[in-house]
Amino acid sequence: MQWDVVWNNFDYFLWGAFPNGPLGGLAVSIILAVLGIFGAFWIGLAAGLMRLSRNKLVKLTAVFYIEVIRGIPLLMLIFWFYFLVPIMFGSPLPEFHCALIAFIVFTGAYIAEIVKAGVTALPSGQMEAARGSGLSHYQAMRFVILPQALRNMIPSFVNQFVSLTKDTSLAYIIGVNELTRTATQVNNRTLSAPTEIFIAIAVLYFIVCYVLTYTSRRMEKHLARYQARDR
Amino acid sequence: MNYQFDWNLVLSGQYGQWIVDGLVTTLQISLVSIGFTMILGTIIAVMRMSKFKPFEWFSFAFVEFFRNTPLLIQIFFWYFGSYSILPDSVNTWLYDHDFEFAAGVISLTFYTAAFIAEEIRAGINSIPKNQLEASRATGLSFMQAYRFVILPQAFRIIIPPLISQSLNLIKNSSLVMTIGVMDLTYMARQVESYSFHGFEAFTVATLIYLTISLIVSFSINMYNKHYLIQIKY
Repeated sequence: MQWDVVWNNFDYFLWGAFPNGPLGGLAVSIILAVLGIFGAFWIGLAAGLMRLSRNKLVKLTAVFYIEVIRGIPLLMLIFWFYFLVPIMFGSPLPEFHCALIAFIVFTGAYIAEIVKAGVTALPSGQMEAARGSGLSHYQAMRFVILPQALRNMIPSFVNQFVSLTKDTSLAYIIGVNELTRTATQVNNRTLSAPTEIFIAIAVLYFIVCYVLTYTSRRMEKHLARYQARDR
Repeated sequence: MNYQFDWNLVLSGQYGQWIVDGLVTTLQISLVSIGFTMILGTIIAVMRMSKFKPFEWFSFAFVEFFRNTPLLIQIFFWYFGSYSILPDSVNTWLYDHDFEFAAGVISLTFYTAAFIAEEIRAGINSIPKNQLEASRATGLSFMQAYRFVILPQAFRIIIPPLISQSLNLIKNSSLVMTIGVMDLTYMARQVESYSFHGFEAFTVATLIYLTISLIVSFSINMYNKHYLIQIKY
């Protein structure tokens, strides 16, 4: 085993050539995941609420978006943005933006399902009581339903964030210099220690994802005590 | 936008044949992997629930490790890195046969088995303990209680998540293009680079994936409606 190949390139795996060159490696993976989940949250929240709307057209739009995105592989979506945006708008997007948009659109559909499930999981008495005390439908959503529903959804959001962190590895395919790409670069350069390199990279991803998974499990236990229930 | 659409090009002739070949490869690798995944997932789930501690620890580590690392890294690991771990005879056999395909099957199997093991465990745990106690009290042995009372109920609950995990596997199988398995995504990409008609190629591939997904989720919904009798405790 030649673990020195891994140790010699360890800082390259963590942040690429930074500060002497562009940022790369695990740092870019995490930036992609954080920006991605942030964008996906707003799209998912909007789509999830549209999904619950009583207006048929609004509802169908949301259903169409959610079902189509959840029905295709993420890789396909990345290729759509990578190959087809240049055709449609004439100029190519930088790879980083391309991957980020694909992640946001993709994860948004999954978050929309979480939002929908979270809102419908609240007892219907909450909405009725809020409307009964004189709030409008919008106010009831904004001040009564969503604050509770979103809090209950936090563990699911964290799980989605874990998925997204793993999915950022796909940005490698269109050439974003994130952790997976640094690994294949070092592997192609050294050619002597693929086993060690990919075990090391797997462990790096594992540490990030497992810490998050563990946090979400702790939160789930903690939050379970404060949920509104039907009586 | 000056782009000439040419649907015929992608739907017939050599390019059409490539897309069909790709679909066949995608279905092949998915079905083989789904078969192995079910076996491995069940073994891991049973180990997780056994009273023998080392089994429990092993399956816990297995599930957590394979669920929390990206599939792409696992594919690269099996493809580039497995030769120094596996015995030489296995390596020679693999290189003589379709090694890309085998690496794809192994990585998809291990990755999805970790998810499936958890679904199976959750399904069995969702059957209340007093069911087991009651069937033991009526004189059934431990094996009989599982065989005739617990498992039939658990399976009803487990089947829908198992189907949706299989669907995930089919979608995830698009990643094996990175190691050169000529699946649907690979072929769409190849049509794009040969003909510059990426729009048509990706549309066709997307629609195929979408059709598979919709058929599967439709059948899950039908199953839930007709066969999943909601048991109230």
